[in-house]
Amino acid sequence: MAPPGVASALARLRRGSRDRRSLAGALAFALLAAAPLLTAWLDQPFYLDLATRILILATAAASLNLILGYGGMISFGHSAYLGIGAYAVGIPAYYGEYSAWLQLPLALGASALFAFVTGLVSLRTRGVYFIMITLAFAQMVYFAFVSIEEYGGDDGLVIDLRSETGGLVDLESNPQLYYVSLAVLALVTYVVRRIVRSRFGLVVRGSRDNDARMQSLGYNTFRYRLACYVLAGTIAGFAGFLLGNFTSFISPEMMDWTRSGELIFMVVLGGAGSALGPLFGAAAFILLEEFLSGFSIYWPLAFGLILILVVLFYRGGLDGLLDRGARTTRSTGSSNPSSREPERCSTDPAS
Amino acid sequence: MDATLVLTQLLNGLQLGVLLFLLAAGLTLVFGIMDCVNLAHGSLYMAGAFVCATVTLATGSFLLGILAALPAAFAIGVVVEVLVIRHLYQRDHLDQVLATFGLILVFDTLVHLIWGPEGLSFPLPPILNGQVTLPGGVVFPIYRLLIIAAGLSVALAMWVVIARTRTGMLVRAGASNPRLVNALGVNIQALFTLVFGTGAALAGLAGLLIAPITEASIGMGNEILIVAFVVIIIGGIGSVRGAFVAALIVGLIDTLGRSFLDGAMKLVLSNQAAETAAPAVSAMLIYILMAAILYFRPQGLFPPRVR
Amino acid sequence: MRIKLPIALGLATCLVVAAFGPAQGADKVKIGFVTTLTTGAGVIGRDMKDAVDLAVEHIGGKMAGIDVEVRYEDDGFKPETGKQKADKLVKADDVDFVAGFIWSHVLLASRKSVLDAGKFLISSNAGPSQLAGKLCHENFFSTSWQNDQTPMAMGEVLNRKGVKKLYVMAPNYAAGKNMVAGVERTFTGEVVGKDMTKWGKDAQLDFSAELAKARASGADGIFVFYPGRAGPAFIKQYEQAGLVNEIPLYTVFTVDSISLPLLQKAGLKGVLGSLMTQFWVPDLDVPQNHEFVSAFREKHGRYPSFYAAQSYDTIFFIKSAVEAVNGDLEDMDGLRAAMAAADYPSVRGPYTYGNNHFPIQNFYLREVVEDADGNWTTRTVETVYTAHQDSYASECKM
Repeated sequence: MAPPGVASALARLRRGSRDRRSLAGALAFALLAAAPLLTAWLDQPFYLDLATRILILATAAASLNLILGYGGMISFGHSAYLGIGAYAVGIPAYYGEYSAWLQLPLALGASALFAFVTGLVSLRTRGVYFIMITLAFAQMVYFAFVSIEEYGGDDGLVIDLRSETGGLVDLESNPQLYYVSLAVLALVTYVVRRIVRSRFGLVVRGSRDNDARMQSLGYNTFRYRLACYVLAGTIAGFAGFLLGNFTSFISPEMMDWTRSGELIFMVVLGGAGSALGPLFGAAAFILLEEFLSGFSIYWPLAFGLILILVVLFYRGGLDGLLDRGARTTRSTGSSNPSSREPERCSTDPAS
Repeated sequence: MDATLVLTQLLNGLQLGVLLFLLAAGLTLVFGIMDCVNLAHGSLYMAGAFVCATVTLATGSFLLGILAALPAAFAIGVVVEVLVIRHLYQRDHLDQVLATFGLILVFDTLVHLIWGPEGLSFPLPPILNGQVTLPGGVVFPIYRLLIIAAGLSVALAMWVVIARTRTGMLVRAGASNPRLVNALGVNIQALFTLVFGTGAALAGLAGLLIAPITEASIGMGNEILIVAFVVIIIGGIGSVRGAFVAALIVGLIDTLGRSFLDGAMKLVLSNQAAETAAPAVSAMLIYILMAAILYFRPQGLFPPRVR
Repeated sequence: MRIKLPIALGLATCLVVAAFGPAQGADKVKIGFVTTLTTGAGVIGRDMKDAVDLAVEHIGGKMAGIDVEVRYEDDGFKPETGKQKADKLVKADDVDFVAGFIWSHVLLASRKSVLDAGKFLISSNAGPSQLAGKLCHENFFSTSWQNDQTPMAMGEVLNRKGVKKLYVMAPNYAAGKNMVAGVERTFTGEVVGKDMTKWGKDAQLDFSAELAKARASGADGIFVFYPGRAGPAFIKQYEQAGLVNEIPLYTVFTVDSISLPLLQKAGLKGVLGSLMTQFWVPDLDVPQNHEFVSAFREKHGRYPSFYAAQSYDTIFFIKSAVEAVNGDLEDMDGLRAAMAAADYPSVRGPYTYGNNHFPIQNFYLREVVEDADGNWTTRTVETVYTAHQDSYASECKM
């Protein structure tokens, strides 16, 4: 049973701009649903690719948002799951096994297992140790795949055929892959939202804000956090499954630590701890990258400056900006319980 | 395997270890005292290498290159601290990771703009370019011995400063209880800037020391930075002693892994598999070590005592 | 809501605006050129880009009277990025030819995107064994070599020099594996040690452990393949470790016009006298080569590298095909037939194509020397192979 304090926090959270958010979310998804028609009409298939990439990375970012934004667990190794999910497509395909009904469970199962094992170790640590140990695990996977000569090592593997779904959808068709990605993102967004508002989600958030208190309330927060961590890893593995299908090419580069950094950036840019934030963050990130890299090979300079300025002057992400329109002052405090800013990640004030 | 090879590889491991220590020392202090994750520390390493290479090529003197690069790295560190890092101390680690990730992109691109993509390679003075024969028949490059000596001297100097001087006392106090130091009326901001600049100069020193062996190149600090993070995590954040011990452990494991792992793996695997798997597995070794140590000691080997 | 909607619309508008961005010109020969322009390997990409620009200048910016447009894309030294850029070139820019490719793994990753789109894929450098054998394709051509060929020539040289024990070092990626396979195929002595080191943008550049092993191995020759910036780094450490007088150095694609000036500036005399094999050299006595090398030196103040030579060839190669079909770029069969004939003035002199569309060409042994002006360069010692075909051609069903 939820203690009274938790229940009232829940009630407070439920008030506010929820309706407007749902509407905006529905609108965003409706717009996205029209994208394949638009790109077909314009005869610009490349931009459908771009949109698909946004959706898939948004899914990965949404899973990171679950642990980072709501749970305060800053994973710097989230790209490992993208890689595991993609290799779960590529390795069976290498042996001529293209069935999605084998590849997808493999992707989800392997990601969940990896999250469970690494979570057991990582979640014992806090703060920056957690950031670094998740990074270390991702580096291990990275070097493991670099070393497996059979699957291309550093060179990666080309996937000849995308997953076969037994006639359900044809993933070889780019618009259909796009719609599958969109459906997955919508589902994940919905699931994350439900979880965050559930008692389970409140415990995880409570643990982020004050772990000792949650424990004194009788919760085994470690288990809750571990479950949350495994769920996030599994979702990211799903994104990896889609990414492997989408790029038709896998290499350890997908698990590079900078990719994990980019996912974090997407979450923060969109607004950590907001349901639609990952979508906005991924879209802004990828469009910005595409736009800037078309200009000059020196584009990372502008990109880096934007990153720094966003952090220094613009807290709460794109989604937070929307809320702030109504407020009069730019508050950097976090006394507001509906604040979307992540807490200091050393969440253990007692230590 | 013969004893000479083992001795040589131990020296190589030691050399990598002290290099990692120079990089990790600044990182662990910034981390411990200011509670700030600085991913851009590797960029200061790169800056040291490029400034040293430029001055050495212009003047023909490696010594002048060193004398120019150290203050330059210190100055760049101070500028970065004042412009960006200072505003991040009160932020969460997430903001620090992101902003300093942005700094990496800025630094790498600036180097590309200033020096072009090709990197800089410069000669060592002839006297440093040779080898010495050590007892036991070990032939070892003089310059790598110099790196070891330089790194150990810096470690000794840091120990003296931290253990014996007032600044060192403040640094120690800051690492274990930053709020208290602030409350005592010490100009904590100036101390922070000094510590950050010193860390930058040490990173610059590491960069300029390695440049004559490899070269000064774009992004040279990004990979070794991750290893330096492993070092300070293993050693315990904020502990210079921990960083020193961990740096030597990591340097030795990495080097010995690279040299003997394939031989060891050939005992159980085919030649082909061992030859290709060994480099990757030896690259994984330090991360496995770090995960294992954190499992048993979540605060690293030498956590600062009071927290 | 009032603010949220504009942002959602704004993102959608971005997509639309971006879609209208690139102008659609049908009356142009469009060539996409994928190379590495950033990271430390960007220096190779710059050499290639300079050569392509020079070639376009030399043909007056036209092929069969049609304007030529070259779109450069940076692969960032990553297969995944290279593939994305290749996708973009064929889908968004609708280029007619995709050329370039320094790295074998980038080429292997990008291959499917280009060929599935029905475009011509031309490698200006990388020559992975897969594309020469099982994955050969009618629309793929190389203006360089198959990876194994140059080290195979080196293997022959090693045999002639009486090398019995060889230590081998190469980066651990597609081309590195081919290079090692190549030298092992022809070298008849014993390979006493082999190190495959980490490659990519985080490549290993400190070889202290490997060099110590090489010294202890008792080898009487060391064979290395370290392209780009890894080359000078390796040679420096080879010299610093004092191996110059102990184990002679034999290289492929390691010492080139990019690295030699750096090595000379650094005073690394250890490289002088070392041997390498190569399909082309700056002083090759071919009219097209004289023109290329002198124009390149005049414009850029440095010798062109072999990467530049192959890239320069790529443009003339495409030009010969476009002119053979009188500018009718829809005539794929005509273009293909013209390319397979290799009827263009290559800087390496005339050559022919095998069934797998890799060149059948000569390979020369080169020695690093100091020329009369005091510049470090290479001189031809002998011709190792005449009209040599790669070993994978028989696996190609074409």
